[in-house]
Amino acid sequence: MRRTFLGMPTTAPAGVGQLRGAESFPAAARRALGDAQLRRNLGHATATIRAKSGAVIGEVPDWERLRAAGSAIKADVLARLPELLEQLEQRVSAAGGVVHWAADAIEANAIVVDLVRATGSDRVIKVKSMVTQEIGLNEALEGAGIAPVETDLAELIVQLGEDRPSHILVPAIHRNRAEIREIFLRAMPGVDPGLTDEPAVLAAAARRFLRQTFLSTSVAVSGANFAVAETGTLAVVESEGNGRMCLTLPRTLITVMGVEKVVPTWRDLEVFLQLLPRASTGERMNPYTSMWTGITPGDGPQEFHLVLLDNGRSAVLADEVGRQALHCIRCSACLNVCPVYERTGGHAYGSVYPGPIGAVLSPQLTGVVDNASLPYASSLCGACYDACPVKIDIPELLVHLRDQAPHPRAESAVMAAAAYAMDHPALFAAAQRATRLSRLTGRRGRGLPPPLSGWTAGRDLPDPPAQTFRQWWAQR
Amino acid sequence: MRIALFVTCLADTLFPEAAKATVRLLERLGHEVAFPPGQTCCGQMHVNTGYQEQAVPLVRRHVRVFDPYDVIVAPSGSCVGSVRHQHAMVARRAGDVRLAARAESVAGRTYELSELLVDVLGVTDVGAFFPHRVTYHPTCHSLRMLRVGDRPVRLLRAVRGLDLVELPAAEQCCGFGGTFAVKNADTSTAMLADKMRHVMSTGAEVCTAGDASCLMHIGGGLSRMRAGVRTVHLAEILASTEQDVVTDGRGGLVVGS
Repeated sequence: MRRTFLGMPTTAPAGVGQLRGAESFPAAARRALGDAQLRRNLGHATATIRAKSGAVIGEVPDWERLRAAGSAIKADVLARLPELLEQLEQRVSAAGGVVHWAADAIEANAIVVDLVRATGSDRVIKVKSMVTQEIGLNEALEGAGIAPVETDLAELIVQLGEDRPSHILVPAIHRNRAEIREIFLRAMPGVDPGLTDEPAVLAAAARRFLRQTFLSTSVAVSGANFAVAETGTLAVVESEGNGRMCLTLPRTLITVMGVEKVVPTWRDLEVFLQLLPRASTGERMNPYTSMWTGITPGDGPQEFHLVLLDNGRSAVLADEVGRQALHCIRCSACLNVCPVYERTGGHAYGSVYPGPIGAVLSPQLTGVVDNASLPYASSLCGACYDACPVKIDIPELLVHLRDQAPHPRAESAVMAAAAYAMDHPALFAAAQRATRLSRLTGRRGRGLPPPLSGWTAGRDLPDPPAQTFRQWWAQR
Repeated sequence: MRIALFVTCLADTLFPEAAKATVRLLERLGHEVAFPPGQTCCGQMHVNTGYQEQAVPLVRRHVRVFDPYDVIVAPSGSCVGSVRHQHAMVARRAGDVRLAARAESVAGRTYELSELLVDVLGVTDVGAFFPHRVTYHPTCHSLRMLRVGDRPVRLLRAVRGLDLVELPAAEQCCGFGGTFAVKNADTSTAMLADKMRHVMSTGAEVCTAGDASCLMHIGGGLSRMRAGVRTVHLAEILASTEQDVVTDGRGGLVVGS
């Protein structure tokens, strides 16, 4: 591991993992918006989850107090993160696990590759995890001749389709069942050529394929939803039971976890296990909640490694406004209510963390310059803040990050001129009167120059009034 | 009551009818309206586009201009939202604690029109007459920043002659978002298309809201499509009386023709 030094923490390195897009959000969004099938799949899926989640949240009389508690626990964790992580390391080690510290994606991938190599296995089964997508672990394993097999149904669809996840909870939300059938027929080993697109038939095909893999693979890799510092217990929540298979059947288990996932006590899970399923899948209780503490002789994995990952998180923590993005429990409620996400889908964000939380988390992990268009990928409508089960004020964070983003020179000049005029009422009044001149530029100012032409391409500008309000008032 | 009008730069420049209607309405209800002439813009565009430092003089100006008044009203949820949720933050970040305290004090006396009418003045029936089929779009900042709730709808229900129809998916953003509509024009247009589809599905002839900015966006789209639906600010509906209908017959914040 790299030596710790004092100074500003570094951001996530480029060239590894998936936190940066190849193009800006507006460019990627423009292409996605033209995909009618994608728009239909997303519109249907997000509306369904919204309705389901809204109904079960409505049943909880103390939902607002639970949100406040979740937010308070996370704020406490961030305030004493080093102490909690050391306590976690001590407890996990005492229970027979081995703890590794990774400063970034490169270190984490190297640690996992070495651990898998040491077992002699050339294949690992994977529990659905965001953090291993973030660091590009699958690519690193493949590069080392180790085959990673995603066992979450949606992640498997994405992997077989040589695609990228587009949603935190439902990675294949952009695919419909006809597309999934085609992917399975093309890429699933041993698939029945008579496969139909019935959901039950598709699930059965995946089940047959995965069962063989579960029973013949000796190493599993997972992420973690929570880690309890006081007991050294790791927790993974999932809906299919495939994660449970990975966490119990193999001989070796390697868990990669972002450092912010630690919680102080077992009791704190009470809050999050109420918040997460209702906000996330719209379920009252999570279907498969797996918890383990080190190793248990003769039962489950006999070797357990925990990789604690920074990868830019300390840099996020150093920003006292921005750090609340680390409260995130990856429920994806903000994606499901976001009018921008609903129309563009997740790929437009370029990062494994899409939607509103991605727009505030990715630029902080990479440094704002590397994701400069993401803080602007929002109309600041505020639906994400209302939906967040741990009360992350995403609109506030977006505005905060926009202030740090590099600004186009022409825009800066216009903003400076506007601010100057607005601080000089006589000049402001003259500028107002000048808007009437736009009548001369043609009907309703249709010929506005770029970048304003983006507005007039689809909307008519109002006719400037004959008189401003202040002119009318002065003549009263 | 003496009420200071925070006109907002947009209503002042492009939608004076909404501001004039606010004056007429409040005077009809027996109040005195003052217009502090030193006002320009609350600075929201600068803050939301990433220019907080340049917003500082605008916040200072706004606070200085409105501090002498006990009650301040704006026909805009968004601009009141900026005053309440951004001004003190901008001042604090600039290191001006005293300005932040004054900004908080001014924010505490600043109301969006429906808040002023229902909460401060205690009226829901303002004596208006507007014989049209109307649907109401709750703008994001009114709905989620200010939590105006059903105040605008209660005011509209009391308007004589008005046929209020519910807007499907009303809580979804229209896609304006200030400079968002320019920087992400395609996404904004996609959001607008759905909003217009919902507006048209109501069969309403008028779409109303408490923000001229969102109405400019929705109205600009409806006009481009020649949809035959016009946008009218809530203040204009509440200011309309039977007398106006006789003399004008149309009224309203009109985008396009």
